[in-house]
Amino acid sequence: MAVTVRPVTRPERDLAVQVYIVEVLKGLGVTFRHFFVNLGRHAAALAGVKAAPGAVTIQYPEDPPALGGRARTRHRILRRSDGSPRCTACLLCETICPARCIRITAEDSPAVVIEKRAKTFEIDLGLCVFCGNCVEACPVDAIRMDTGDLDIPAMDRRSMIWDLEKLMRDG
Amino acid sequence: MTALLWTLAKVGAALGFGMNWAAFLGWVERKQSAVMQDRIGANRADILGLRVIGLFHIIADPIKLFTKEDFVPAGVRPAFHAMAPAVSLGFPLLALAAFPYGGTVEFLGRSWSLQPVESPVGLVLVLAMVAMGIHGVVMAGYASNSYYGLLGGLRGASQMIAYEVCLAATLAGALFLYGSLDLAEAVAWQTRMIAGVVPAWGAVLQPVGFVLFLVAGTALTKRTPFDLPEGESEIVGYHVEYSGMKFGMFMMTDLIESVVVACLAATLFLGGWHVPFLPVDAFSALGPMLAGPAMACVMVASFTAKVALVLFVLMQVRWTLPRFRFDQLLDLGWKNILPLALANFLLTAWAVYLAKSWGVSPWR
Ligand code: SF4
Ligand code: SF4
Repeated sequence: MAVTVRPVTRPERDLAVQVYIVEVLKGLGVTFRHFFVNLGRHAAALAGVKAAPGAVTIQYPEDPPALGGRARTRHRILRRSDGSPRCTACLLCETICPARCIRITAEDSPAVVIEKRAKTFEIDLGLCVFCGNCVEACPVDAIRMDTGDLDIPAMDRRSMIWDLEKLMRDG
Repeated sequence: MTALLWTLAKVGAALGFGMNWAAFLGWVERKQSAVMQDRIGANRADILGLRVIGLFHIIADPIKLFTKEDFVPAGVRPAFHAMAPAVSLGFPLLALAAFPYGGTVEFLGRSWSLQPVESPVGLVLVLAMVAMGIHGVVMAGYASNSYYGLLGGLRGASQMIAYEVCLAATLAGALFLYGSLDLAEAVAWQTRMIAGVVPAWGAVLQPVGFVLFLVAGTALTKRTPFDLPEGESEIVGYHVEYSGMKFGMFMMTDLIESVVVACLAATLFLGGWHVPFLPVDAFSALGPMLAGPAMACVMVASFTAKVALVLFVLMQVRWTLPRFRFDQLLDLGWKNILPLALANFLLTAWAVYLAKSWGVSPWR
């Protein structure tokens, strides 16, 4: 097989670029323009005049961001019509989880048509990378990541682990 | 006795000038970068729900730094490790005592100079103090028992030596005009007018020297684009083994050095406390009790405003340019700034000689 070579020419630097002073002034022009335009917009906002926003900052807890419809947020476990968790403890989510943060223990289910159910179901949200693989893997659509809840931080690692009861709260 | 007390008060005020600027600059740094990057910047520190555009971060920052754990790693040389931040911060602070914050005012039948240390070699004092500050950087690197710290210290040493030379060379042209190393006399010289309209400030007569000085001065403050001793993305730098307020002192050093460079620029190139078209006896109508203090306030305000302007530009440069590579940095210093500064000096000397021999002096 013939080797194809694509010659890459080095970008030419003319004297004006090489001296750098002009380039520095250009850069300063950009930053100064941003500075004064934004300053003007902030001042206008303070004075109550309508103007374009001077910053794109999201003030997080007070003014939460609008999430996309498919955003992966905190998990929940869905319920059946009788209120019991849909999970059949097949362990597919535990197996696929790249962060290995799901821990399930199974037990026999009292219902005849369903073989197993989860005795305990824990997700360590401190380890979870929010990849959504668990949702994709679940054969019975028992776990979803559509709560829109991002407010999961806790003061210690232990409280970052959510058990079945907590996960079913908004199931 | 009065003279001694007055000098002590002035030195104290000069130190306060430096420390307050450093604290304020910490806030300016965050806010200015935020506004130019379409962000808001630190605004969460509040007192009773009052935020005042984040100004309370000036208080919150030191509280945080002082209450953090002051961790001393195993294997450091404890005496030097503890001394380095003080050496680093102390000398640039002392340099601030040599600047003329104002001229001389008449008050209570005495004349009061607003320059803390009235020395005929004020400029040499400033340059010496700034050069001494480098010992703190090298000491920190040496005492840290860390290769990164040592590398940072060594980088700092070679950078400071290169730019210390350049700084003096860029000033040479202006000093030749003023004919004195006394900073007060440099300002006094600049109070004259060219053709009665343009103030004979250093920046007007020595534009090349002014620009070169700003570049060399920025390099001396070890801030971006010349922050190689502390390049965060490569070696972290000479203060890698410091924490708490000791680290904070290194951060403050950079800011104080910026203030020193801005003071130098204001004094030697922007006419110091001089306000164009304001006669010396502008306030004599206020009577002898008020004229002197009023004039002093105007002088100090003018000087401070010029310092603020230079700091604003330096800060903008810091947030605009990327870091140089080390060979580029030394090339810029030794091969570009130094020859240009010397050429500028020779040209100035020649022009002054011609003007003298033809008996013309364009400024009156
Ligand atoms: S989102 Fe990914 S990392 Fe988190 S629990 Fe599900 S599979 Fe594991
Ligand atoms: S994949 Fe679904 S059913 Fe299976 S254990 Fe996980 S949540 Fe339960």
